[in-house]
Amino acid sequence: MAWRGDVRFLYKQLILKDFRIRYRNMSLGVFWSLLNPLVMMVVLTFVFTVIYPSKVPKFPVFVLCGIIPFNFFSLAWSNGTVSIAGNAPLVKRVSFPREVIPISTVLSSVPHLFIQLVMLVGMALIFGIHPGLQWLWLIVVWILEIGFVCGLAMIFSALDVFVKDTRYFVESASTVLFWLVPIFYDFKVIPVKYRDIYQFNPVAAIVLAMRNILLEDKAPSPILMTKLALVSVLTIAVGHLIFQKLQKNFYQHL
Amino acid sequence: MIIECKNVWRTFQLHSGSSLLRERLVNTLTRRTGQEFVALRDVSFSVEEGESLGIVGRNGAGKSTLLCLISGLAEPTRGSVTVNGRVAALLALGAGFHPDLTGRENLLLNAAMMGFSEKDARSRQDEIIDFSGIGEFIDEPLRTYSTGMGMRLAFSIAVNVDPEILIVDEVLAVGDQVFTAKCLKRIREIRNNGCTFICVSHSPTLIEELCDQGLWLDSGEVVMQGKIRDVMQAYKGGRIPTAGEQTG
Repeated sequence: MAWRGDVRFLYKQLILKDFRIRYRNMSLGVFWSLLNPLVMMVVLTFVFTVIYPSKVPKFPVFVLCGIIPFNFFSLAWSNGTVSIAGNAPLVKRVSFPREVIPISTVLSSVPHLFIQLVMLVGMALIFGIHPGLQWLWLIVVWILEIGFVCGLAMIFSALDVFVKDTRYFVESASTVLFWLVPIFYDFKVIPVKYRDIYQFNPVAAIVLAMRNILLEDKAPSPILMTKLALVSVLTIAVGHLIFQKLQKNFYQHL
Repeated sequence: MIIECKNVWRTFQLHSGSSLLRERLVNTLTRRTGQEFVALRDVSFSVEEGESLGIVGRNGAGKSTLLCLISGLAEPTRGSVTVNGRVAALLALGAGFHPDLTGRENLLLNAAMMGFSEKDARSRQDEIIDFSGIGEFIDEPLRTYSTGMGMRLAFSIAVNVDPEILIVDEVLAVGDQVFTAKCLKRIREIRNNGCTFICVSHSPTLIEELCDQGLWLDSGEVVMQGKIRDVMQAYKGGRIPTAGEQTG
């Protein structure tokens, strides 16, 4: 491809575009980012402290550690999946590296995520959790997680061009994942034989890591981090390969 | 040689709209391959640095497909396309524009897609806005713009990228006389600075004025290539030249 531009500037502009479009048409703006997880937190806390009392202490913080990663994941995954097909005029008429589209779509959910994480930290402080050095692990796990979703977005956005059913698969898979990720239940209640498999799911892994860091005041275990890193790097590599292979035919199929 | 196309073929699968899983499975299982449509058939030509090439032909002759191949949007089915330079392609006006962003926001986004660096984009933006003649509307959302204004903004960005190769597909037709004249002047300047220029147009006057080389396509095949005047004369006469006349 004969495009020799400034990729960083391009990413910046595309992320800004998504961010502006998302918030310009909302009168409540950024407040929406906070409302959804807060409502979920209140509802789940109500269900699991009043209806099915759970023994987990600091349940609101516990459940936010599950909701925030899951929300980010499902939003970025589904937006990423439709990003190429949804930007068809761009893909067919303007030549710039195509993988910028799914990746920037995922990255444009990051400001949204950041606002929610700030809220989570606020909640943690309210519940009397003291910040410590291990909080720096949050940066590492989130970089791995975002990388993982970028890889997924490359795979699924490319597939979605050829098979439109992809986006419906992603929708259903997200719903299923809500139950398979320990969002409102504790990892400890999972039978031992399933735990290893659970940890290979990066969304579950990040929920576990966040609870380790914020609630148990310790760094995530090396095994968990290795699994998360392995799956993320592998997903990015596979995503890159698949995307490079399929993008040759985007023009014809869009 | 800044652009070289060697025995380029491009075919398209007909009925490729069938992107539902069921149809895909059926097609794969029954090994049914759809009918093919040949958009470009064994096209070879080259463009030297600083040359300007006008591509003519009827609708569906393969002109736009050829431009897409040169700008890297699609790959040839067979043959090779080599391009040695930074391309700015204006194939559809405002393809990257978003109606909810302001003119200025769209400008920066488009400039990034066209390959500007951040520094260049910011230092050039006043020049581009000035060229477009949009004035104070630049900070209004694009959806409030008239078609002509959007077009002027898109064009102003493309001609200010300082490309090595400028590709324009039938987009000069829109806009008022004053702006068109300004664009033509700018394209001439770009050409005089040594930029290679390729355009597709159905306006013979425009093509003869802007290009020195011509390429006539029909049904995906090269009918004639050579000096623009000869090509246009033959094209306007609708006459297929004899082999002896086809000189580069």
